[in-house]
Amino acid sequence: MDTQYAIEMVNITKRFNGFTANDNITLTLKKGEIHALLGENGAGKSTLMSILFGLYQPDEGYIKKDGQKVTINDPNVANALGIGMVHQHFKLVECFTVLENIILGVEPTDKGFIKRKEAREKVIKLSEKYGLNIDPDAKTEDITVGMQQRTEILKMLFRDNDILIFDEPTAVLTPQEIKELLQIMKNLAKEGKSILFISHKLQEIMEVADRCTIIRKGKYIGTVDIAKTNAQELSSMMVGRNVNFHVEKKEANPGNVVLEIKNLSVSSKTHGKNAVNNVSFKVRAGEIVCIAGIDGNGQTQLIQGITGLEPISAGHILLNGNDITKYSIRKRNISGLSHIPEDRHKHGLVLEYSLEDNIVLQRYFEPDFTNKVGFLKRNNISEYAEKLSEQYDVRSGNGTKTIVRSMSGGNQQKAIIAREVDRKHDLIIAVQPTRGLDVGAIEGIHKQLVAERDAGKAVLLVSLELDEVMDLPDRILVMHDGEIVGEFDPKKTTQEELGLYMAGAKKNKPINEEAAV
Amino acid sequence: MKDKKFFEREGVQSVIASIICILIGLLLGFIALLIINPKGAPQAMFRIIGNFFKWNRGDLKLENFGITLVKTAPLLMCSLSILFCYKVGLFNIGVAGQYVVGACAALVGVFGFNLNWIGCVLLACVAGMIYGIIPGLLKTFCNVNEVISGIMLNWISLYSANMILGKYVATGAKDTPELHSTVEYQKALLPNIGLNNLFNGNKYVGLGLVIAIVFAVAIWIIMSKTKLGFELKATGYNKNAAKYAGMAEKRNIILTLGLGGLIAGLGASLLFLTDFTQWDINQTSVPAMGFNGIAAAFLGGLHPIGAIFSSYFIQHITDGGSYVDLSMYTSQISDMISSIIIYLCSFTGLIRYLLKRRKGGV
Repeated sequence: MDTQYAIEMVNITKRFNGFTANDNITLTLKKGEIHALLGENGAGKSTLMSILFGLYQPDEGYIKKDGQKVTINDPNVANALGIGMVHQHFKLVECFTVLENIILGVEPTDKGFIKRKEAREKVIKLSEKYGLNIDPDAKTEDITVGMQQRTEILKMLFRDNDILIFDEPTAVLTPQEIKELLQIMKNLAKEGKSILFISHKLQEIMEVADRCTIIRKGKYIGTVDIAKTNAQELSSMMVGRNVNFHVEKKEANPGNVVLEIKNLSVSSKTHGKNAVNNVSFKVRAGEIVCIAGIDGNGQTQLIQGITGLEPISAGHILLNGNDITKYSIRKRNISGLSHIPEDRHKHGLVLEYSLEDNIVLQRYFEPDFTNKVGFLKRNNISEYAEKLSEQYDVRSGNGTKTIVRSMSGGNQQKAIIAREVDRKHDLIIAVQPTRGLDVGAIEGIHKQLVAERDAGKAVLLVSLELDEVMDLPDRILVMHDGEIVGEFDPKKTTQEELGLYMAGAKKNKPINEEAAV
Repeated sequence: MKDKKFFEREGVQSVIASIICILIGLLLGFIALLIINPKGAPQAMFRIIGNFFKWNRGDLKLENFGITLVKTAPLLMCSLSILFCYKVGLFNIGVAGQYVVGACAALVGVFGFNLNWIGCVLLACVAGMIYGIIPGLLKTFCNVNEVISGIMLNWISLYSANMILGKYVATGAKDTPELHSTVEYQKALLPNIGLNNLFNGNKYVGLGLVIAIVFAVAIWIIMSKTKLGFELKATGYNKNAAKYAGMAEKRNIILTLGLGGLIAGLGASLLFLTDFTQWDINQTSVPAMGFNGIAAAFLGGLHPIGAIFSSYFIQHITDGGSYVDLSMYTSQISDMISSIIIYLCSFTGLIRYLLKRRKGGV
C-alpha cells in the first residue's frame, strides 16, 4: 500500500489518574517533510512523543506507519520501525569517543570484536552526506554542545532511522549553532527523512517547518501550512490569546547605585586563566542592566561570585554601599539580594519538596514561619504559599502540597520568581530567566522584571537570547572571555554590532572609567 | 487526585512492599533449607518464624520474647542512625564502627573509670559522635566519600576496641567481665524500670527499649516538623539548592554524621550495659548489628516508626534462627537463613518502584 504519510497518529487519547494528557490528538507526518509540534510547557507534547516512542500506550486511538497499523509497546519496537529521537538532554557516554557513542548498542562485530574501521567509514560517510561536522575520535566530554547534538543525530542515521524526532533541540545551542542545525534538518528532509520538530520557538518553526500541529492543554488545536501562516497566528493558537512579542515599558528612571562591582576576578576551575577577569560595573535602582554574551564567557562565574555560590579571587562587591564581599550566602540574601538562578533544577528548587516548601526556601527561618523552639509553622507556610501562587499565577495539580518535580517548567520558574520577588530585596539578579519557556510564560516574566524596575529595584539580567537582550534592558554590557568588552544603549545598537563584540572581534576598553578604581 | 485509593497511598505501598520482601525472603530461605536437607525444612522454617513460641511454657515464652526485645533496642538505634543520615543524602555505612566505638566507650566507662550507667551512656554518645564526625570532616573538607572512610573506620574501630578492652579481660578469658558479677560494676547496669516484671523477671529488659523508641519518635518529629529537619532534608535532596538558599550545607553534613554516630554509639551502650552480652576481644569481624541496621532501615521504608517494627522483625528471625535443629543443619544455617531474608529486605525500594509503576504512577 502506498501512502504519502510516514506516520499517522490518529485520535490519540492518554489519561493519567483522571488527568487527560492527550485528548483525541491526530498528528500526521508526510514523507520527507519537517513537521513542527507546537505547544506550551505541559501541553502534552512529551506525552504524545512518548507514545510514538513506545514509552506509553495510548488509551484510545492508533498509530500507522507507512499506512500499516502498528503497536509500539517498547522503544525497541520504535527503533525497529525506524523511529529515532534526539532527546532534549543528550544520552551520551561522556568518557566514550564520538564514534563509540554513535555505534553504542548496534556495534558491527566480527566474532565478538568490534569492526571499528568499518563503523568509522560509515560514520564519516554519513557525516559528509548530511553536512554533520564531527570528529569521530574526540572524547564526548571535550566537544561542544553543538557537536554532541550532531553525534546524537548521527546515532539515528547510523541506525538507518527515517523518522527523526527532535525534542526542543535548540534550547541548548548558541545562535550560530541553531542556524547550523536548522540547515542540517533541511538537508535531512531533502534526503527523504521525515522529521518531527518539537519546539516552542516560533521563528525556528517559521524558518524550517513545512507544516505545524498545535496542541494546547492536551487538546488538538489544528494543523497549519507554514507557508500560509505567520508567527503571530501560531502563537495565539498555542497560547489561546494574542501575545505581545515586544516588552512594553516606560523610560527608565535610574536612582542610587545599588550594586557596585569593583575589579572582580573569579578563577576558573578548568583552566589557569581567570573565568572572570577584573570586572567592574554598577547597577542603579530603577534600571535593568543586561549582561550579554555567548554562553561560557564568564557570565555564570560572575553571578556565582556576586551571589556567593563560588569564592572570588579578587575584588569587592558592594550592595547599597556596604561591602558584602565576605558575607555568607544567607547574609547576602537577607541584606537585599534576590537571585533567580541560571539552573532552576540545580540551584533554584528542591524538586522533591512541595511547592509550599520551595516558596519558603529563602524565608523558612523567619519568625513568621518558625517558632522559637524551632518548629515550622505549617499553617502560615501553607497560607503564604497559597497567597503567592494566586498572586503570581503558579499552577499545580495538588495545590501548594504538589511536589515541585511534577510541575511544568514554566510553573517551576514562576514559583522561583514569586519567591524571589516577594521577599525583601533591593537587587534582583535574573540569570536566563526565560530559558526553555514558551512565549506566554516569557511575556509574563518580562512584565514582572519591568514591574520590579518600576518599583525602584535594581535588576541585573544575564541573557543569551539576543531578542531578550535587545528588548528588555535599559543598558547592555557585553562579556567576552571573562571581561566586559562594551557597554551599549539598546536603542542605539543593533544585534549585528552586539554580535561582533560577543564574538570578541571588537573591544572597547576601559568601558567604565568611573567604576574602575 | 486528592482522594487517592487506599492502595495508591504512599505509606500503604511502603508497607505492602516490605511485606512482599519478607515473604520472598522467607520463601527463598525455605528453598535453601529444602536443598540442604528437605526433611527438616518445614520444622526449621517454623522455628525461625516462631522464635520464642518454640517454648511450651508461657513464662519461658515471655522471658525469651524479652531477650529479643533487648537486642532490638540497639538494632533500632543503628537503623535510625542509617535512615537519619540517608534523609540527608549520606550513606552512613560507618554505623557499624560507631556502634563498636560506643560499646568500647561504655565498657571503658564501667571498667576503667567505674562510672554509673548515666556516665557510661554519655561516654558512648560522645565517642560515637566523634567517630561520626570524622567521615563528616573528611567529606566536607577533603571530598572523601563517607562510604569509603566509613568502611575503613569500621575496621579501625574493631581492632582498637579489641586492644583497649583487652586490658580489662582476665588472663585466659576472651570476654570482658560480666557486670552482674561484681558489686562495683552493678551501678553501670541500665535500670530495669520495672519492665523486667512484665517478662517473667528477665533481668536484661529495661530502659534501653524505651530510649530507642523515644529516639525513633524524636527523629520522626525532628525530620517532619522542625526547621532543622527542613534544612537537613533540603541538603539531602539537593545540596546545591541548600547552598543557594544560604543553608550551611557543610555544617549540616558534619552535624548529621555526628548525630548519626551518637545514635549508633548510644545504641551499643543500650545492649552492653544490660550485661546481656560481653565484648569478645578475639572477634575478627565487625559486629553485624550495624549492617543489619541498614536492612532494618530500608525494610522500615526509611521511616522512623517503620524502623521500630522492621528492627523487631529482623531481630525476631535472627533469634529464631538459633532454634534451628542442629542435628540436621550446621550451626551457620541460622545466620545464613536470616541473612537471606535480611538481604531481601533491602529490596523494598525496588518492590515499591514496581508497585508504583504497575499503577501507572511513574
